[in-house]
Amino acid sequence: MHTEPSQASHAAMQELEDIELQLLLEGVFRRYGFDFREYAPASLRRRVRRRVHAEGLTTFAGLLDKLLHDPACMERLLLDLSINVTSMFRDPTFYLAFREKVVPQLRTYPFTRIWVAGCSTGEEVYSLAIVLHEEEVYERTRIYATDINESVLERARAGVFPLDKMREYTQNYIKAGGMEAFSEYYVAAYDGAQFHRSLVENVVFAQHNLVSDRSFNEFNVVVCRNVMIYFDKTLQNRVHGLFYESLAHLGVLALGHKESIRFSPYEERYEVLDSSEKVYRKVA
Amino acid sequence: MYELICIGASWGGLSAIGRVLADIPTAVDPAIVVAQHRHVDSHEGALGELLGLRIDRPVRDVEDKTPIARRNVYLAPPDYHLLVERGWFSLSVDERVQYARPSIDVLFESAADAYGSAVIGVILTGANEDGAAGLAAIKHRGGVAIIQDPIGAERRAMPDAAIAATVADAVLPLDAIGRFIYGLCVEVAKTA
Ligand SMILES: C[S@@+](CC[C@H](N)C(=O)[O-])C[C@H]1O[C@@H](n2cnc3c(N)ncnc32)[C@H](O)[C@@H]1O
Repeated sequence: MHTEPSQASHAAMQELEDIELQLLLEGVFRRYGFDFREYAPASLRRRVRRRVHAEGLTTFAGLLDKLLHDPACMERLLLDLSINVTSMFRDPTFYLAFREKVVPQLRTYPFTRIWVAGCSTGEEVYSLAIVLHEEEVYERTRIYATDINESVLERARAGVFPLDKMREYTQNYIKAGGMEAFSEYYVAAYDGAQFHRSLVENVVFAQHNLVSDRSFNEFNVVVCRNVMIYFDKTLQNRVHGLFYESLAHLGVLALGHKESIRFSPYEERYEVLDSSEKVYRKVA
Repeated sequence: MYELICIGASWGGLSAIGRVLADIPTAVDPAIVVAQHRHVDSHEGALGELLGLRIDRPVRDVEDKTPIARRNVYLAPPDYHLLVERGWFSLSVDERVQYARPSIDVLFESAADAYGSAVIGVILTGANEDGAAGLAAIKHRGGVAIIQDPIGAERRAMPDAAIAATVADAVLPLDAIGRFIYGLCVEVAKTA
């Protein structure tokens, strides 16, 4: 058929772009140490392409050239590649499930360590702290909140979130089983809603890279939501290994709504605590 | 040989999607993926349940890294972007694109990247311009662009934008789209 040659050239074009993207990620890793080689390619390709256009270039190979010689360009690409979208009480039903199915277990422990991996700007951590506080277990809990990105951790420590989000967060909070008036937890300051320092008294914010860093403690709960969706399957499985090692016996693993440990090599090692909320318990 | 049919719809999309899917005969073999703008609080699974009743294919809500299998219908979950990789889907929670999550552009562009000329893109009714750039990307990679005729569409903005953005292979009334896809996937395949 006469469409054959053009189809073949389309395929060749794609293959070339794949090669260029791999070389770019390899170059970025070797030159700067940022390792995106095992991130899910579709989203990565979209973001890198945006940077190609913004730099006035046409190809990934062209961007690689610029990246290698211009650290400022790397800074810009890093910003494109960091996806820190988050909110307080995102998926309120998760927090409800946490209250009902995880907290009772925590009550039986004299002390609980929770790891929130990929905590971004902290909204999730403050939400969890509020739940633990209302359930009266916060006093004997320590939360380790980590992210690869130091600048989001800085904001998480500050605990100031946009005032115009408070309406939405209040609704989420109520759906999440909130027991107080949400506005009790913050004061409206000129630059946003400043959440009470007492909420992060027992929180340690620290940089940790899930790609390359090791486990750093034993935890009763690991929360890692909407982070591993950005990884390819190989990296996902490795990170599952990291969490498995880091959890105590009967430790709880909580993933995002659309993630699961099905098809991972660790599936058999967990029982399901809540299937739609993606809450699992390590049993073997 | 086509491997993936991508359908995007917004306002009025629920019944339009149902109609198109019901019209695609089971002999049509590629996987079908649907992005419909839904409200965050939309009762999840409602679309799936509705379609499941009307069509004779497995209908699945996509989770991260769900493998892509032939003949299945995959639905983008609300409040995530759905991206196509070679052989499976990825999700992301990136910012909305043109106010939409799922974004039809994100789905279509990633499908074009992953499957090139083996993609058929379909734009149906909608009151915004999402999907136009995505359909152009599919076309650019050698895939097929089908657009619902704006005249009969419940909302014509989305088909109009798609028509302006690319050279469509077909602009068709809703009830002719399934038949056209059948022609592409079954009749052409037989004669080739
Ligand atoms: C979309 S946010 C999710 C935030 C929060 N967990 C939630 O569900 O709302 C993803 C976060 O993962 C972080 N991240 C990405 N790669 C990482 C890595 N290799 N190690 C640790 N954190 C990473 C990003 O910096 C970002 O803050």
